[in-house]
Amino acid sequence: MRKRLVSILTVLLTLTIALSGCAGRKAGDSSKIVVGIPQDLEDSLDPHKAVAAGTREVLFNVFEGLLKPDENGELIPAVAESYTASEDGLVYTFKLRDGVKFHNGNRVTAEDVKYSIEKSAGMTGEESLIAAFSNIKEVNITDKDTVEIVLNERDVDFPAYIASVGAAVIPADNANPDTMPVGTGPYKYVSRSPQENIIMTRFDDYWGEPAHIANVEFRIEANNDAMILALKGGTIDMCARISASQTSQLSNTFTVYEGSMNLVQALYLNHNVAPFDDIRVRQALCYAADKQEIIDIAFDGKGSPLGSSMFPAFGKYFMPELTDTYTPDLSKARELLKEAGYPDGFDMTITVPSNYQPHVDTAQVLVEQFKRIGVNATIQQVEWNTWLSDVYANRQYESTVIGVDASQLTANAMLGRFYSKAEDNFTNYSNPEYDKLFEEAQVTIDDDKRTELYKKMETLLAEDAANVYIQDMAEFVPLAGKLDGYVFYPLYVQDIAKLYFKEQ
Amino acid sequence: MRYIGKKLITMLVTVLIVTLLVFFAFRVIPGDPAVNMLGIKATPEKVERLREQMGLNRPLIIRYLEWLKDFFFGDMGKSYSYGSSVSDMLKSKIPITVALTLISFLFVIAIAIPLGIHTAKHEDKWYSKVLDVLNQIMMSVPPFFIGMLLTYLFGIILRWFTPGGYVSYRDSFAGFISYLILPSLAIAIPKAAMTNKLLKSSLLKESRLDYVRTAYSRGNSTSEVLYKHVLKNAMIPVITFLGMTLADIVAGSLIVEQVFSIPGIGRLLITSISNRDYPVVQAIITIIACIVILNNFIVDVLYKMIDPRISR
Repeated sequence: MRKRLVSILTVLLTLTIALSGCAGRKAGDSSKIVVGIPQDLEDSLDPHKAVAAGTREVLFNVFEGLLKPDENGELIPAVAESYTASEDGLVYTFKLRDGVKFHNGNRVTAEDVKYSIEKSAGMTGEESLIAAFSNIKEVNITDKDTVEIVLNERDVDFPAYIASVGAAVIPADNANPDTMPVGTGPYKYVSRSPQENIIMTRFDDYWGEPAHIANVEFRIEANNDAMILALKGGTIDMCARISASQTSQLSNTFTVYEGSMNLVQALYLNHNVAPFDDIRVRQALCYAADKQEIIDIAFDGKGSPLGSSMFPAFGKYFMPELTDTYTPDLSKARELLKEAGYPDGFDMTITVPSNYQPHVDTAQVLVEQFKRIGVNATIQQVEWNTWLSDVYANRQYESTVIGVDASQLTANAMLGRFYSKAEDNFTNYSNPEYDKLFEEAQVTIDDDKRTELYKKMETLLAEDAANVYIQDMAEFVPLAGKLDGYVFYPLYVQDIAKLYFKEQ
Repeated sequence: MRYIGKKLITMLVTVLIVTLLVFFAFRVIPGDPAVNMLGIKATPEKVERLREQMGLNRPLIIRYLEWLKDFFFGDMGKSYSYGSSVSDMLKSKIPITVALTLISFLFVIAIAIPLGIHTAKHEDKWYSKVLDVLNQIMMSVPPFFIGMLLTYLFGIILRWFTPGGYVSYRDSFAGFISYLILPSLAIAIPKAAMTNKLLKSSLLKESRLDYVRTAYSRGNSTSEVLYKHVLKNAMIPVITFLGMTLADIVAGSLIVEQVFSIPGIGRLLITSISNRDYPVVQAIITIIACIVILNNFIVDVLYKMIDPRISR
């Protein structure tokens, strides 16, 4: 009896070991890469409905608009070959590129473009997610490869909206864009499995330079730590946006690219809640918060400190001098608090979405820094969904640490939300002077003058201490040693088509 | 037959109560699926329009009854966040969780029953005491912790498997099953320890009864007495326990899936809860409830077959 038991157990154990051994992936598969992503695309695959940045960065490989952004943030022609704007800025005429094909093999026609723009603009009854598209009056087909878009009001940023994934060109006759996406991009969609992966394959009839790597799997990992484990184990070849401390866990078989996340991380303050309606209190918090200390403690020293709602990738709009509007100065901070009537400080709550560890870490450092001026802050961690509804949509909060990014490379994408009537003004910032500048910028055509206005708005936000600005966070992209060719975009994008295998 | 009929009605009522609870539970927790879908594009006007489109503004009771009707006819609705039909999504997930559950269950039986018999037989040996202590420890460690230990030992130190390197059953069935072995062990170990303990004490209790002495006096050997008489009686409480264990394993697998990054029902359920993806959550919970209830029903029937006195 005992013998038999022992032999059963031995067999079981050997089986466990033997079978576990073969679970690894075949090495040297040179036609496929696996990209790890830290969250699923819990979203529709219809580009016009996809909201999450995480979805858009993946769909960037499948879809294109009439125009698309390049890695410098410039708009380059995609489905359209060229475009012109009328003198009054109300009519944009797009000439379609010859021979652009959809993944289903059909040619892109002017009807497809009209359908796509109208669908994306909500003219077919669906909800439009691109606010600027409510400005579209009509879409006309002038001849078989020319489409003209007529606007209600002049909008200099219109081409930038046309270049976003949300304005992608899709076939007019597709049956089910939610689950069977068809686009014109370098990769075509193959399949998806919720919480598991999304698989794409190279589109061989792509109009532009074709992708180098034939097959791509975006694998969904439970979180960043699981992603590091998977990188180490070799089940994924690359991932984006890991922290400095996580890169140090990786061996040197990985090439680590350093870039920035292109967002403005700040302690955003609700201006409708006392005492944050008082500029002296906000300034006191700005003087108390030491950006560099936060970056050193919570981010291993990697990150670019900021002083207003604009990040360096914006080039001409970015004003580096604003970073030092408030340098750490505790006595000034205490002074200001006393003037504002809070000589002993006050209590405040910082609401942070618990799934973003970097923001939680930042909040923890802030709590300690605010203690130095007697301000007693407590951190309230909430689920992302709760953050969205309570903080963002309903504006029921005192302060929150979050990163705000730009969905298009337009100054409005960053600065528009501080216009007092803006729908997405979640900080309730309201300043008549700012509003005047904003309204003026919308109708100014001359680019230099416009840039000047936007710079004034940035300066105003900094001087007003609208929020406690912290940094543009550093991001690290580890790439398996066999790969090369990663490029950063100033937008939330993963361009897989540019990756290639190194010559061995 | 009347027994089974009565059971069936109770089952139906239980499922109904579960669906009702799930449906109304979401009214109590904060969060709104429309806000989640819109993300940072959410403005009060857009949220309102989307809620209207999604039918979230209709009375709760009407939505519940409609859902119930559709579910009854096999239509589980469309996921809010994925935009695809819930039944399609579950079709690819259920085999994973079922495989994990079944392998774990097999492990429980394969480990606990031989071990229980063996230790009961050799209760006075020195190593039985050691096994008892080990058993006690194993009983009290939660599966996710064992999972983490196994990952650390086999994945990071010994490198026998790749943590997070889940292989889909569509790619390689052998790879799929072998990846599930460690997670199954993690789920099975505490349950096996409990079953072992129960079986052992049940065997020891039975073996002190009069009929055992009679069997011995008829000239049967120890093995004959054990396998022909004692084991059958001693198994009655064990079978009930195994039935309950199966339900526990389903729950345990939901958690262990997180530890081993297995894209089964558990991961889908948890993300769907945080996304307020009601149709998915309702479908999954209802299905799990049905599995558990059906399982209990089978145990009841089995129980009755072994011991006919029970129906009375």
